[in-house]
Amino acid sequence: MGGLTRSYFIQRVLMFFLTIWIGVTLTFVIPRLSGSDPTTAMLLTMMNQRGYVENADKIIESYKTSFGLNDPLPIQYIRYLGHVVRFDYGFSFARFPTAAWDMVTPALPWTLILLSVAAVLSFLIGVTVGSLMGWRKTPRWLQSILPISLTFTSIPYFMFGILLISIIAFKLHWLPATGGYSRSVDPGWNLPFIKDVLLHAVLPLISIVLTSMGGWALGMRGLMIGVNNEDYFLLAQAKGLSPARVFFRYGIRNAILPALTAFALGIGSLIGGSILVEFIFAYPGTGYTLYRAIQEQDYTVIQTITNLIIIITAAGVLILDLLYPLIDPRITYKRNVAS
Amino acid sequence: MAVLATNSNTQAAARRVNIWDTPWLNAKFVTGSSIIVLVLLFGLLGPLFWNTDLAFTASSPVNLPPMWDKGGSPEHPLGTESNGRDMLAQLVVGIPASLKVGLLAASIGMGIGILLGSLAGYLGGWTDHIIRTITDSVITIPSLMVLISIAAYVRMPDTTAMALILALFAWPGPTRLIRSQVLTLRERGFVRMALLSNVPALEIMLFEMVPNMLPWLAASLTGGISGAILGATGLEALGLGPTRVPSLGTIINYALNSSALVRGMVWWWLPPIITLVIIFTAFFLMTVGLDEIANPRLRGYGNGK
Repeated sequence: MGGLTRSYFIQRVLMFFLTIWIGVTLTFVIPRLSGSDPTTAMLLTMMNQRGYVENADKIIESYKTSFGLNDPLPIQYIRYLGHVVRFDYGFSFARFPTAAWDMVTPALPWTLILLSVAAVLSFLIGVTVGSLMGWRKTPRWLQSILPISLTFTSIPYFMFGILLISIIAFKLHWLPATGGYSRSVDPGWNLPFIKDVLLHAVLPLISIVLTSMGGWALGMRGLMIGVNNEDYFLLAQAKGLSPARVFFRYGIRNAILPALTAFALGIGSLIGGSILVEFIFAYPGTGYTLYRAIQEQDYTVIQTITNLIIIITAAGVLILDLLYPLIDPRITYKRNVAS
Repeated sequence: MAVLATNSNTQAAARRVNIWDTPWLNAKFVTGSSIIVLVLLFGLLGPLFWNTDLAFTASSPVNLPPMWDKGGSPEHPLGTESNGRDMLAQLVVGIPASLKVGLLAASIGMGIGILLGSLAGYLGGWTDHIIRTITDSVITIPSLMVLISIAAYVRMPDTTAMALILALFAWPGPTRLIRSQVLTLRERGFVRMALLSNVPALEIMLFEMVPNMLPWLAASLTGGISGAILGATGLEALGLGPTRVPSLGTIINYALNSSALVRGMVWWWLPPIITLVIIFTAFFLMTVGLDEIANPRLRGYGNGK
């Protein structure tokens, strides 16, 4: 278990719960501080749809009692934390007999698979490109080509997605524009369906990978430049080791450690950005479900998805944090001195 | 100490043969900031040349293509969309709105960051431990997710409210940065000298440390502004922004909701995206340039500056 000490483990697990608690509490506190009231908002939509609602006060009142909005705030808060712990937020507001949780579960695998593939791909490509850019021995022609890969770095994922849809899907008809699979195929473990799902995933994947890899590349470039000047790196070169060995074993291996921390910290924003990508591509994951819930003002579903994503992100960060000392034995004391 | 420092600075400047030989003339930084100035001028001077009332519903004929296309008219050079809004007027109104949200949220975040970061780095011990733990926790929360969830409950009345909510997640980055900078600066000779001379902590922070962190602070601010604009645009594109005033993200939202993509109304969705990409690229160039100013090692090999 190398550098994974007990105090480090306990500290990371505490951080995991703290992160979840802060995130979950913010989504409870801010709407209540603002004084806005979901029941009134719902009634306004009802009025817009039907023109006139009879007994509006009574409807608001019955909503408030059935969702416990008349209780004092601390009691509401404790009940809310209970929901979070039990993963149970009650019924969906908009589709009443269905439980909020059941609206979310079918969407989960879509998001998890798309995101983990996108995150790993963009990190691997970014780290490779960045290391080559920061390495003194990289051939000139490669040095001049590599910065091209940074072109899309400053474009938000979803805007790049819009461009891809309009050009590749609508103009050129190379790939399907929206959805997770076509209506013509039969969902299940058969070849046409799997092929169709993969085809539908290409554009969302490209729009995340091409726009997020530049950030990793830039960070890695700086780290690699730093390693270039280290004594052990110069020694490895002076010993006459092959350039490939110096590059991978002495260069990337030492430079990648802070990049991994950055990766752990970046998971949250990656997931946030992917909500919009799913919305653009109408991809059947949690992001798109969230968008529909917002449209329908389905507050229990919104809450389920938000808290679930907060927990999943925190779990991802925790796993990376616990793997980290195994990769870098120095970390247990390094973090305590200066992070 | 501070006086001495300024004196030697001016002497050094006088001795310098070429006053243009300063790291602040970094090509990326200068390009990025010039683009931002141009975009800002477009938004600020635009209302003098173009009627901004046309940015509101039913002020113009609907679905006009831009003037260089067939059927377009010079009265609406960039065309109009399905609700009868003029595209040029929407851009003129939307650009300053988006930049304002970004600047406001990032400045609040920076202010909190300076306060917490210097407290943590300066006091150390328990204060540092608590601040660092909370910062590291908040930084890993998927902020856009929480912001969307908050915005779904709280209808944004205006851009200021939006900036305040975005600032909730704009402070951990600057806090981390400033804490680590304060930790290294605290060990430097001139800060120790000031400490020994019994200079008040606030004065050391403001006059000894902040000037030395300037490029880092600036890089963090430009990064923060583009991050906040990205968050705001995301919320607006989902239809969660203030709806009364047009902003760049709101235009994208209307375009998507009216299937502008399928209908081939490129002039509707492309201008706000191009504008935003220009803004993001400019801030990105500024951030990278400022990083190179702060950290000479990043300037690369043999490329001069």
